[in-house]
Amino acid sequence: MAFVTPDFVPAIPEIFVLGMACLALVVDVYITERYRLFTYQLAQSTLVASALMVIFLYPAEAVVTFNGTFVSDGMSTVLKVFILLVSYFVFFYSKQYLRDRNLFRGEYYVLGLFAVLGMMVMASAHSLLTIYLGLELLSLSLYALVALNRDSNEASEAAMKYFVLGALASGMLLYGMSMIYGATASLDLAEVYRVASGGQANDTLLVFGLVFVVVGLAFKFGAVPFHMWVPDVYEGASTSVTLFISTAPKLAAFAMAMRLLVDALPSLHGDWQQMLIILAVLSMAAGNVIAIAQTNLKRMLAYSTIAHVGFLLAGILTGTQSGYAAAMFYVIVYALMSMGGFGMIILMSQAGIEADRLDHFKGLNERSPWFAFIMLIFMFSMAGVPPFLGFWAKWSVLRELVAGGVVWLAAVAVVFSIIGAFYYLRVVRLMYFDKPEDATPITPGRDMRVMMSANGLAILGLGIYPGGLMAVCVSALGA
Amino acid sequence: MLSLRGPFMTQQVVFYIFAAIMVFAGTMVISVRNPVHAALFLVLAFFSSAAVWLLLEAEFLAIALVLVYVGAVMVLFLFVVMMLDINMAPLREGFIRYLPVGIVIAVLVAVQLVLVVGSSYFGLESFPAPEPRPAEYSNTEALGNVLYTTYVYPFEIAAVILLVAIVAAIVLTMRRRPHVKRQRPDRQVAVRRSDRVRLVGMAPEKKPSVRR
Repeated sequence: MAFVTPDFVPAIPEIFVLGMACLALVVDVYITERYRLFTYQLAQSTLVASALMVIFLYPAEAVVTFNGTFVSDGMSTVLKVFILLVSYFVFFYSKQYLRDRNLFRGEYYVLGLFAVLGMMVMASAHSLLTIYLGLELLSLSLYALVALNRDSNEASEAAMKYFVLGALASGMLLYGMSMIYGATASLDLAEVYRVASGGQANDTLLVFGLVFVVVGLAFKFGAVPFHMWVPDVYEGASTSVTLFISTAPKLAAFAMAMRLLVDALPSLHGDWQQMLIILAVLSMAAGNVIAIAQTNLKRMLAYSTIAHVGFLLAGILTGTQSGYAAAMFYVIVYALMSMGGFGMIILMSQAGIEADRLDHFKGLNERSPWFAFIMLIFMFSMAGVPPFLGFWAKWSVLRELVAGGVVWLAAVAVVFSIIGAFYYLRVVRLMYFDKPEDATPITPGRDMRVMMSANGLAILGLGIYPGGLMAVCVSALGA
Repeated sequence: MLSLRGPFMTQQVVFYIFAAIMVFAGTMVISVRNPVHAALFLVLAFFSSAAVWLLLEAEFLAIALVLVYVGAVMVLFLFVVMMLDINMAPLREGFIRYLPVGIVIAVLVAVQLVLVVGSSYFGLESFPAPEPRPAEYSNTEALGNVLYTTYVYPFEIAAVILLVAIVAAIVLTMRRRPHVKRQRPDRQVAVRRSDRVRLVGMAPEKKPSVRR
């Protein structure tokens, strides 16, 4: 392969994030405890500046550089912008929480920035090698973040489970990739696509590799039956880390699924459609039903995540351009809702109190009517009640399922959504019709108030005008 | 299929010997009772896989495997195993109970692997053996040529992953615990006699009595 000097311009946001993460790492060593906020500000300004660069560098058409290992296209741009935006909110929400628990350390933000870098690499990956390396960069940072709270046994246990199962999943994924490489003799996704759809590769080998790739993907998404780690990790990790794990990495996992299944192996659509149908049905069933039995809100939201992943996979498995757009819309909406849901737990938690049980939300309306309303928005949106944003996400996936001829799956999805609505509405009932256990008013800082309200009102506002975000998703995949 | 001709024959014999040693060592790693022995068997497995890589003409990787894994990683690993007094008994609890399920799954996976990865798909017909390189061909140079050019982007990401590993390791181990006694060499060196020994001038409380 002849070497072409790479075009560095499309990768400027990644290079910038890397440089700033290293800078934050060094700066953090030299500042005293009093100025720790500076590391946080550095991380936040990195995210904002990088998002602006990504938007500014929006490519008119897909640009592949670094000898076929990096691609910048519509999908990568939109996903990166949302990854950066969501990470900004996550860092913001966790600031006070970490301070109250003596966990406000520079490493949280440095590792967070490296995780963001890993996600950006995944979104822009154009080679099996880059997908894997981006994933490892993300996962390694997340394992460390979960274990960061060293004094908590639950956090250590969660980190261990996450690490062992994550390593297993990476092994599966890597084995599948090696099979695909064996069949197509290339790591470059465009080349894999050319060989696989040209019928020059052995189909049995490709499908064998595909099985392992899908298993690895399902592990990373947390789809049933590879979901065991999700509730334990979500519950055991400190809420600020759970907030991070449950939001932005799902966007990156979606990018990984799209690159591997849609960009590289669309010729095997028939095969991966069947696998994804099984994963989707099981995820929606298990996620929604088991969530009903939970009394811990973090665990309940973990099972709700599993159910949402089922819906997301349902969007991908249609195999149509509009189906992919619906899935992308879904994953973005999910990230925004999950950010709000876990953000509310953080907002309710004060020093020493972890507001992660459902009982803590009893009578929230009497303690703070405004935040009860914001939480109501998140819960209604996750349940899929119109006119909130979550309704449109579910609706667009269902529409694509029907258009794609998988009507029975759409029916199954509706049934399980209705079952799932029960536990979301239970939270609303607790907030509005029960007496609070302790009547101390909720007094978050003004900045937290503003951001959380913005998060909630965005779900409501975008729910009333969903056309814009949907159009962005459609055009991103068309570019 | 053993062909009984010249250098190929030797190569195949060497391959089968080292492959057999590798499989044996791999099995022993997970089955011996003593963790130190397991680590040493892992060293043996690495050595034999390095030999197999040499047969593939991947000299640089073979040497890197011996230098890095055997020379550095495994020695460190042995240190850890010897320093931590791991009681293996609880780790082996339930081994017999889970054995049947484990065996069924292992056999199933193995059969599938043999069916797919066997010679019917990866045989010489579909993947003809490459021409052997001439003796002066440098494997290291070829790797060096692509590492910083064609594969510079993945290479840099791998570097970042290592950086994250360092940061994570330091974050998780460096912490101030209130009740841990630790050595402070600077203060040890700077210590004066007056810091440690205090001469107390005391008046005798009663007259020394002389035993009669």
